[in-house]
Amino acid sequence: MSFSADLGSSPIVTITGCVIVAIRDDLDDSAVMTLQNQLVDEIARKNAHGVIIDISALEIVDTFTGRMLAAMAEMSKVLNARTILVGMRPAVAMTLVELGMTLSEIETALNADKAMMMISAERDRARRE
Amino acid sequence: MNDETWTISLRKPADVAHARKIAMQALDAAGASAIVKTRFVTAVSEIARNAIVHASSGVMVIGMGRLNGNRSIIARCEDRGPGIVDTNAALKDGFSTGRGMGLGLGGSKRLVDRFELETRVGEGTTVVLETRLR
Amino acid sequence: MASDTIDIASILKSDFEKILSAWLRVQAREGIKRTDIISAEETAKQSRDLLSAIARAAEDARVDREFDFGNPAWDGVRQTLGEISKNRTERGVSPTEMAWFVSSLKQAFFTPLRELLSEEPSKLVEQITDATRVVDNFALHAFDCYVQEREAIIERQQSEMTEVSAPVVKIWDRIVTVPLLGTLDSFRAQTVMENLLQAIVEREAEVAIIDITGVSTVDTMVAQHLLKTAAAVRLMGAECVISGISPKIAQTIVHLGVELPNVVTRVDLQSGLAYAFERIGVSTRLNGL
Repeated sequence: MSFSADLGSSPIVTITGCVIVAIRDDLDDSAVMTLQNQLVDEIARKNAHGVIIDISALEIVDTFTGRMLAAMAEMSKVLNARTILVGMRPAVAMTLVELGMTLSEIETALNADKAMMMISAERDRARRE
Repeated sequence: MNDETWTISLRKPADVAHARKIAMQALDAAGASAIVKTRFVTAVSEIARNAIVHASSGVMVIGMGRLNGNRSIIARCEDRGPGIVDTNAALKDGFSTGRGMGLGLGGSKRLVDRFELETRVGEGTTVVLETRLR
Repeated sequence: MASDTIDIASILKSDFEKILSAWLRVQAREGIKRTDIISAEETAKQSRDLLSAIARAAEDARVDREFDFGNPAWDGVRQTLGEISKNRTERGVSPTEMAWFVSSLKQAFFTPLRELLSEEPSKLVEQITDATRVVDNFALHAFDCYVQEREAIIERQQSEMTEVSAPVVKIWDRIVTVPLLGTLDSFRAQTVMENLLQAIVEREAEVAIIDITGVSTVDTMVAQHLLKTAAAVRLMGAECVISGISPKIAQTIVHLGVELPNVVTRVDLQSGLAYAFERIGVSTRLNGL
């Protein structure tokens, strides 16, 4: 495990090839962009195969942040890493749906634990084959 | 009743986060539920960003009010931008003149109890958002 | 205001007890007959409270043509009226009885005014007009309070009923279900969604089953709500299954042209549950399920 970056207080941590980002409470637009850049760097540098984005601290996800999350998942995919979005609050989920933003292209899980299991299960399967 | 209002000048993207913070604090102080807070503040975020993206600057005033006998929160956002030529189209999902996907304006309308849009081409746009605290 | 002016302020000062007992007599005759709901003692107390508040306010505020109920001096009267309205609404007093309670105060004012101004008919007419306006304003405010209180009660009952009619149950480890009954309006749909999403967090559920067997009609709006709920469940990291899709509902959905992309649908709760077991990796062969 290694701490690679600490942006404000949104830490990016890599554990056994899986990048975990815990987004801190309310980022302004430029912080979101910086985070995106750092995440992509981290994936490439650590040759990570999985990305977990934890948004449990977020009370607000507007269309801008939603689009950034979708873009992060898309970029990770290009770098051959599977992205799972975890910890979305009920109020945030309902609001995004009302905005018409269902983020159907991003995988989701309840929490980082479950996402970690999903990613390592897939990796084990890949190894066996 | 509380007469306090907060004025936020909207010039740079960081001001959007500031508007969210002010709206959130006002709702926290009023004891609003998580869902009321998230819905309203998200709408505030969309409208504030619209003012910066389309009009390059604007002013938002947040205060408490009354809607149908219930306490409410009101956000009024005014800009001196180009205005909106076709408001019906702008409120439809998927309409966008900027970089977005066009979910912001119509989406915001669905997130609040009262939504008012007043726009004059070449003069500017005013959006009023209001939600009951319940 | 000259000290020899005769108006409701002056008579309240000089004849308070007389006005109060006259008012109570009028009420007994024409007002509230439901002593089972509000006892005579309570009525007497509420009447005294209100009349005292009016007497206090009338010392500072005007009660003539310039009467302005918006003046802060009347705050005490508004508050007392609000409390009485609230108390009476909760007991189930009818709107007519509520309106009579306040309006009957007029007659109590008229008697002393008539006695004191019997020599000056024009002044009497003036005073009666002013008193009427003042009391009418009180009555209107009382009625406003009454309606508001009634609305609050209805809203409270509605939300309580919704809670009861859409309980989210943890049916198995990591599986929650909500059986829907009756009609699904926007308000209920919203509450169901909130409850379901909250249960997913609290129970760490991976599958959420919405059983619509008991839903009377599925129209475009209901289908929209179900879709929104399914989308929100997925955003939270769980999977949504809609069970209880009868052949008739299946036909309706197709006819309406509603598409249910990325939503798992099953005929009944049993098949919905079987699917959920499969998803979380529980074998269903054991008890012949």
